[in-house]
Amino acid sequence: MPKLTIDGREIEVEAGATIIQAADLLGIEIPRFCYHERLAIAGNCRMCLVEVEKMPKPVASCAMPVGEGMVVKTNTPVVRKARQGVMEFLLLNHPLDCPICDQGGECDLQDQAMAYGSDKNRCQEGKRAVPDKDYGPLVQTMMTRCIQCTRCVRFISEIAGTPVLGGLGRGEHLEITRYVGAAVSSELSGNLIDLCPVGALTNKPASYTYRSWELKKTESIDVMDALGASIRVDTRGNEVIRVLPRVNEDVNEEWLSDRSRFAVDGLKRQRLDRPYVRKDGKLVAVTWPEALAAVAAKLKGLNGSQIAAIAGDQADAESLLATKDLLAALGSANLDCRSDGAKLDASVRASYLFNSTAAGIEQADALLIIGSNPRKENPVLNSRIRKRWQKGGFKIARIGHKGDLTYQYEHLGDQASILKDIAEGKHPFFEVLKSAAKPALIIGQGALTRADGAVILGLARKLADAAGLVKDGWNGFNVLHTAAARVGGLDLGFVPGAGGKDTAAIVDGAAKGEVKALVLLGADDIDMKGLGDAFVVYVGTHGDAGAHRADVILPAAAYTEKSATYVNLEGRAQQTRLAVFPPGEAKEDWRIVKALAEALGKSLPYDSLKAIRQRLAQAAPAFAAIGEVTPAAWGAAFGAEGALGDGALVSNIDNFYMTDPISRASKTMAECTAAFGGGCNHKHKKTGTHG
Amino acid sequence: MSDMTYEPESFAFTPEYLEKAKAFVAKYPAGRQQSAVMPLLDLAQRQEGWVSRAAMEVIATMLDMAPIRVEEVATFYTMYNRKPVGKFHVQVCTNLPCMLRGSDDVVAAAKEALGVGFGDMTKDGLFTLSEVECLGACVNAPMMQINDDYYEDLTAETTKAVLEAFKRGETPKPGPQNGRQFSCPAGGPTSLTELKFEGGKA
Repeated sequence: MPKLTIDGREIEVEAGATIIQAADLLGIEIPRFCYHERLAIAGNCRMCLVEVEKMPKPVASCAMPVGEGMVVKTNTPVVRKARQGVMEFLLLNHPLDCPICDQGGECDLQDQAMAYGSDKNRCQEGKRAVPDKDYGPLVQTMMTRCIQCTRCVRFISEIAGTPVLGGLGRGEHLEITRYVGAAVSSELSGNLIDLCPVGALTNKPASYTYRSWELKKTESIDVMDALGASIRVDTRGNEVIRVLPRVNEDVNEEWLSDRSRFAVDGLKRQRLDRPYVRKDGKLVAVTWPEALAAVAAKLKGLNGSQIAAIAGDQADAESLLATKDLLAALGSANLDCRSDGAKLDASVRASYLFNSTAAGIEQADALLIIGSNPRKENPVLNSRIRKRWQKGGFKIARIGHKGDLTYQYEHLGDQASILKDIAEGKHPFFEVLKSAAKPALIIGQGALTRADGAVILGLARKLADAAGLVKDGWNGFNVLHTAAARVGGLDLGFVPGAGGKDTAAIVDGAAKGEVKALVLLGADDIDMKGLGDAFVVYVGTHGDAGAHRADVILPAAAYTEKSATYVNLEGRAQQTRLAVFPPGEAKEDWRIVKALAEALGKSLPYDSLKAIRQRLAQAAPAFAAIGEVTPAAWGAAFGAEGALGDGALVSNIDNFYMTDPISRASKTMAECTAAFGGGCNHKHKKTGTHG
Repeated sequence: MSDMTYEPESFAFTPEYLEKAKAFVAKYPAGRQQSAVMPLLDLAQRQEGWVSRAAMEVIATMLDMAPIRVEEVATFYTMYNRKPVGKFHVQVCTNLPCMLRGSDDVVAAAKEALGVGFGDMTKDGLFTLSEVECLGACVNAPMMQINDDYYEDLTAETTKAVLEAFKRGETPKPGPQNGRQFSCPAGGPTSLTELKFEGGKA
């Protein structure tokens, strides 16, 4: 390992590292525009020039590998003068429209111009102007501001895996643009905005609505998919302006999917801001006591088996626990958090986790994807798989729809019977998995929600045992969830108790009149028309399907409006933080359930967030270690044996941009659906305006 | 930019050019076939006279690269024509050495002979006139390149003569147009004057 000296401080770094990386380790700041630690080195902005002894002129520290005994100086008159020269060139064609630029206040060029910019302009010539490009409804372009660092070009090619951007022309005529006819339809395109060091690419839905310094920043967790990416919620007053990713190497690195980033305008639309009770077939706004009394009046006198609860995809662990306790107090075992009917088994924790962990998938050397489209179900996780694939020596096969995942894979077919062949060792891919050091599989909800989902789960387990997917220090059995609430619900045992009904049976029971009262905890994806005459209490945030069917609506808080716990697909418990207050009279979900319990004469043994979190930690160990992943024991067999059904394995997500009440209410997501087309299973539904 | 240009629907290499293209691709190791992008763009230009978007897409598919990567190359190098050109592409150098040696006269003569300005094609589709940067023949300045051949040591008269010859369907002899041999000193040898070779040639 070469040893070098930077500004008089010695450091030993890995061979092949560059000077800028060594300086970063030492905490010595070197200005940069094109260099980004997660992208390939370009070396074209020249801002990171440093002086190296025995070298005749300043060198670009981002592209210069360290050498033994190198003596680097980052702050000498020569370096400063060189950087001032670079800055002068960069500003030659930069419009300096900072006062109206959305990047103003958080702009690398602005910041570094404070250090290296000149206070006068030597240039008499006009500045070059570049026409703006159309990057779709998410990314606003102002190409005159572009300094051609090519970070966006590298991101979209390397990380997102959709090479549609490039630099055309040369010299002064170089323009960053997209290929004619190609859409910037990557599910990760919002990250271009974060990467752009200037205001050339900005947040289109939020453009001209904020100045970065007037926003309050709240660190939180995303619940739009099951990854639970670390986010920062930027708010002004009681309004969420934007969501940005935070660096979390274990979960999302520093990326965020477009839905997580841009669906936030849905938080302001179609919100339930006061309780409603259905009177004579119409929903009428009422006060909280009236609404609770209406529920109590209906539920009193029902026995436990006539009451049921279904939790939706964004229910937090606190409300799940409170609801479970309430149903137990009412004597009901009819509860389910698998509103899509996935045949997941809550009794074996390893059977429903992404056991390899998100970061761990980068160590896998063979992967079988079953009935899942990771690109649409979890774009950030998919970029990890792509990252692993780019390193080489990673064989990927897929059973399911044949589409572009941004990496090459062997398409084995779309029938579940292929999984059976592999599990029984009759398929050549079995040998690939068996001979791999760290083989893995990913099973999607599309496979598990089928009627034969339990059989497919059982086959996956069988394959995992036979091919050695689980060994010392490695568990390659991965379930890819799409619902943020799911793992928390399973951890808490929010599944039918002894003799209880699951989602399908509850809906069926409601239709037959066996289930007379149903509590929907933000569940919108069940068959609302099939609920018969059941009395439906909807605890939720948006006027979505559940609210339309509800007899009583109890308005709840969305993830940005409460401090709540979610368990991500790896089994990592994480907490959101309150960034804004819930609208109108809406309340935190678990407090609604608690108030409901009291209206029914039942007392839940917690009256503060602290108390319910203590109860959570007792209920499941995952909640005791916030932010940590505890490996789950492989344990007993799970899944079922039986016959496989026919029909192709498809992903459970048809439209990436609209999966939950928030994104369905979002105007931006509607624009994306129109611009990019939602269908990842390629079964575009025709609307009334077709033809 | 090039968005304004007429773009043909499709492109295909002729069997002869396809053969050559495959030979270029075969020069590079497997997985490194993208290195052949420049020769392939050149072949496409030789076949069609210019590089269309359709041609770039065919090349991108052949070399398993993103079309935008091919377009980046094609737009970076000025010698790839992104617009159709005439049968004879007349490229006049106006860089410093040529200018000092009278390229302004050559330019004026060419414009007059062809009746078009820089960047334009004649109506009959025979000639396109372009202004180019240094072509590396300063020792024979001023010069112009017509398709693959250099015409050097030009004057207004010889420029016109060369272009008129092309118009008549002839192919004038490339090289210096003032009788000079290659890049020998213009007024005959100034040193090694006594040196005699067998056959009596100086």
